[in-house]
Amino acid sequence: MTGPGATAPRNRLAVAGARATTVAMLRNQPRRDVILNTLFAGMLLLAILIALAGLVALLVQAFVKGAPALSTDLFTNPPSTAFPEKAGFRPAIIGSLELIAGVILFVVPVGIGAAIYLEEYADKSKWWNRVIEVNIQNLAAVPSIIYGILGLAFIVRGPLDLGFILAAGSLTLALLVLPMVIIAAREAIRAVPDSIRQGSLALGATKWQTIRSQVLPASIPGIATGVILAVSRALGETAPLLLVGATVFVTFDPTPFGSDGYSAMPVQIFNYAVRPQEEFQTLAAAGIIVMLVVLLAMNSFAIWLRNRYEQRW
Amino acid sequence: MTQDESRTGRETREAAAERAAIAVRPDEFQHRSAGSSKEKVFELKGVDVLYGGVAAVKGISMDIHRKDVTALIGPSGCGKSTLLRCLNRMNDLIPSAEVQGELLYHGEDLYGPQVDPVQVRKLIGMVFQKPNPFPKSIYDNVAFGPRILGRKDNLDATVENALRGAALWDEVKDRLDDNAFGLSGGQQQRLCIARCIAVEPDTILMDEPCSALDPISTGKIEDLMIELKEEFSIVIVTHNMQQAARVSDRTAFLMVELDADEDNRWGRLVEYDETEKVFTNPSDPRTEDYVSGKVG
Repeated sequence: MTGPGATAPRNRLAVAGARATTVAMLRNQPRRDVILNTLFAGMLLLAILIALAGLVALLVQAFVKGAPALSTDLFTNPPSTAFPEKAGFRPAIIGSLELIAGVILFVVPVGIGAAIYLEEYADKSKWWNRVIEVNIQNLAAVPSIIYGILGLAFIVRGPLDLGFILAAGSLTLALLVLPMVIIAAREAIRAVPDSIRQGSLALGATKWQTIRSQVLPASIPGIATGVILAVSRALGETAPLLLVGATVFVTFDPTPFGSDGYSAMPVQIFNYAVRPQEEFQTLAAAGIIVMLVVLLAMNSFAIWLRNRYEQRW
Repeated sequence: MTQDESRTGRETREAAAERAAIAVRPDEFQHRSAGSSKEKVFELKGVDVLYGGVAAVKGISMDIHRKDVTALIGPSGCGKSTLLRCLNRMNDLIPSAEVQGELLYHGEDLYGPQVDPVQVRKLIGMVFQKPNPFPKSIYDNVAFGPRILGRKDNLDATVENALRGAALWDEVKDRLDDNAFGLSGGQQQRLCIARCIAVEPDTILMDEPCSALDPISTGKIEDLMIELKEEFSIVIVTHNMQQAARVSDRTAFLMVELDADEDNRWGRLVEYDETEKVFTNPSDPRTEDYVSGKVG
């Protein structure tokens, strides 16, 4: 028991036994585990397939139906009720471009400004700043039709009284996506470490110089990503535009402040899609292809921008 | 058993009171600084720093001399960084921080009502524990300070001089437009020093500047400090006693002190003297215990 000579063979035996057990355990994975693992992996795969299936079905359907109508006429010709084969999206495309240009003009300074205030200046111990914070999160979840009503009541009529002009539509869409931009910009600003701010302040920079020359440049990729995603949402919105005057049928190029009406891509697609004639349905599908390509391109660009320029600290 | 405990408790309390009594000896400090002919940069008289009303350091009285390297040493939590951050009003960034007592900079009250912390930081630069270069080019890192101060003439020369001053020029002169994040940790820290001296401060505060660096980089920064003190006054916080012994002219030893109930702790200046004296012949037994490695 105590002598070294007696323990050595026993040790060897114990080691051999342990190894045999280990080997047996390693090789014989319980059948139940194998089945469960496969089952779970299969379910997870199914979940992602369902998500992808919608997109794929949409793309295939749109391409099959819309392919015949895909031509440059789509971009250059105005819509027409009489000649579907010649009808296009020109005013709607120009309207959409002007709309998002207005959205960008409004949302970039206001969104970044609000984000800077909340991140750099707001004293979080004050209740009103916390209320603002929570409500910005809430605003991002408000249905777009409600923004449409807001736009109608306050921008088209009411205090601003702009009338049914494109700029009013732009402003409504900007309000709709503003919370998204604020949230994205805040996250980008928060990601800039405090050591950068301190390093700048320690050199005798003022708070504003620090924000302008250090914090903002370092957070621009994140902010730009947020702006692009917000703009792509604005580009696809239909409901609020219907309320603030995106007239369905416009055959001329809209101007930002013209009171003759304006149109936008999703509104025009809707208009074509509800018509009974086959040609208009094809036209709607072609419009969907154009919009999808633009939206996917914008979102891909946003992702690329984020991956390429995001600062890793 | 309980009797024994209460007795030891009382003894600790007495010992704490005794320690507190030893800690503050302003007369002695004044006597020592009077012996030095050097001009004073900072004069601290009974400085307390509080965070949210709770003291982090108490009753600090010391003079910091021009073109000296002054080291602040002591165990973790003794408030040496807190004290350092008071000297260029970086503590102002913490809303709950409060500085009491008298803190003179070249005879001016640093916390006087007319004093703008931004102006203070132009004169009293700071190098942080972890290198914190800006996510910009090497050139722009150094040029940032002069640019915000509106000193845009001869910017190239200013940048070169600052980089030379920080012993970094030869390593980076061919890649000034590269991102500063591509530099090694030691180079980044020297870049931060260059950035600091480009503003032409009068004093440089260094908060454990080598704690994130390897020994070779540390050696370079230590050599640099000895060069820099020709031109600047330097105050360095370090937890590395050898470093303090190598680079500093004067050393202040701070220690953690507890109140009678041991609920609160704060830093107290135990000894402040010529570095050589602090390390070879300290007058306080606690300093001796610390520098000889018995405690801390």
